[in-house]
Amino acid sequence: MAADRTAPGPPPGLGARDGITRQLDYWWTLYRRTWRASIISSFVSPLFYVLAMGVLLGGFIDGDPDRLEGATSYLAFVVPGLVAAHAMQTAVAEMTYPVMGMIKWQRVYDSMLATPLRVPDLVGAHLLFVLFRLATTCGVFMLVVAPFGLFATWWGALLAYLGQVLVGMAFAALTYAYSVRQTSEMGFGVYFRLVVFPLFLFSGAFFPVANLGEVGAFVARLTPLWHGVNLSRMFCVDHVDWVLAVVNVAVLGALIVLGHRLAVSGLTKRLVS
Amino acid sequence: MISARGLRKSFGDFEAVRGIDVEVSRGESFGFLGPNGAGKSSTMRMVAAVSPVSGGELRILGLDPATDGPAIRSRLGVCPQEDTLDNELNVFDNLYIYGRYFGLGKAEVRARCEELLEFVQLADKRGAKVEDLSGGMKRRLTIARSLVSSPDLLLLDEPTTGLDPQARHVLWDQLFRLKQAGVTLVLTTHYMDEAEQLCDRLVVMDKGLIVAEGSPLQLIREHSTREVAELRFPVGENEQGAEKVADLGRLEVLPDRVLVYSQDGEEVVAKAHERGLRPVAVLVRRSTLEDVFLALTGRTLVD
Repeated sequence: MAADRTAPGPPPGLGARDGITRQLDYWWTLYRRTWRASIISSFVSPLFYVLAMGVLLGGFIDGDPDRLEGATSYLAFVVPGLVAAHAMQTAVAEMTYPVMGMIKWQRVYDSMLATPLRVPDLVGAHLLFVLFRLATTCGVFMLVVAPFGLFATWWGALLAYLGQVLVGMAFAALTYAYSVRQTSEMGFGVYFRLVVFPLFLFSGAFFPVANLGEVGAFVARLTPLWHGVNLSRMFCVDHVDWVLAVVNVAVLGALIVLGHRLAVSGLTKRLVS
Repeated sequence: MISARGLRKSFGDFEAVRGIDVEVSRGESFGFLGPNGAGKSSTMRMVAAVSPVSGGELRILGLDPATDGPAIRSRLGVCPQEDTLDNELNVFDNLYIYGRYFGLGKAEVRARCEELLEFVQLADKRGAKVEDLSGGMKRRLTIARSLVSSPDLLLLDEPTTGLDPQARHVLWDQLFRLKQAGVTLVLTTHYMDEAEQLCDRLVVMDKGLIVAEGSPLQLIREHSTREVAELRFPVGENEQGAEKVADLGRLEVLPDRVLVYSQDGEEVVAKAHERGLRPVAVLVRRSTLEDVFLALTGRTLVD
């Protein structure tokens, strides 16, 4: 059991990449133990939405491309929006209670910080895990609905998929920044009801935001989810406004950077005091 | 291994550590004693290179925690006050994954985990869920985890708080073996028997300051007497009894008994009898670290 190393010089510093890769085993083990439980929320529930909203409710809606942002059926309209909204929900789910658990309940972060790992390494690895979750969830979702002929082009579907992952990551980073500042899970209830749920309903996933009226549409277009919904839909139905796409990507990218910074600063303040 | 000069830690207006000097050398087993809120844990967190120093100078393994945190932590083992095991993972994975945080190779960590599971007597629990373990087992697993990187310096924050006597003795035995193997141990405790068992040298902290320093024996010599005579009088008569033995040594009058600190406890008892005192019960014992602790930090409850 002895520490038989003879006094070495200072060990080499820890690179950011190294700090993250050292945690891969942790996240992979965790995923292997929990992925079965996530199947329902990841795949089954969204498919129910597609069935109920897209097919059954959508059957009553005329497929007028002029009123449906270029989509030829309500199903083709709603699916890209649903996947983007689902990305948001997946990210929010991963970044609320699990983060609180790692800070406060099981204190996994504390145990990690007793090792060479630093706060940015923890944040980086956790976000990387969510990226993986988003990539798999949205990917499977898109593959499942692909045979229904909803996507105009394969490359459009691919770019839409990247947009969905991007909006998911924006919500992951922002929610992370929020969660590390919560002292109890009470704050999550407020967040779900006042932020996530209204966004889910009114950010253009289910109907064109133009239906909200001028002011309503303006407000809706300011929300992060709308940028993701818009990217996802434009590319899926091949009705692309490239300038707008660049704006969407830039906004989501900026939110990721902002959320990441706030998450690191919040977690540092919380755990390294 | 550790060198602190005028070390301070404050949280806002509150000063948890108010300027302490500490030196710990290689192979030593060093203890921080003190009541709750004395600043032990804050000190430990600074030594663990987790909590930034508010003032003074701190070197751990010759390095500055402000700039070389990861390098320092790569050579430390930390056993926190509360278990921070991952309930989602089984016993083996808790160790294995922790070892990977130190950048150790997979095969190396695996071998190390097997060795440690044997060492802490959890080999038959390797696949068990953490939440199914007893308190003592969790503590042993936490200690095994802190050893997975073969640390030069092991930090233990109240390692046996909340354990039953059997579990404590098993842990002490394991810590003693580590100490014999040359691992430098630094621990905090408020159990005096633990400090006497494990520490070569210790400091007593109170209100953020070091109030005494030395080996357990030195501290007893300096801050207490060789023996203590405990005289128990009938209820309400302790005060009167105490007056009659006041010249025999330092006195402490408690609600249920009178303590007389003296070089020779039997003599105190004999003299008390000569003076016509008839205590209900008498106990002559050696001074312990607990007497020192209470003398230095008082009997008042802190929280």
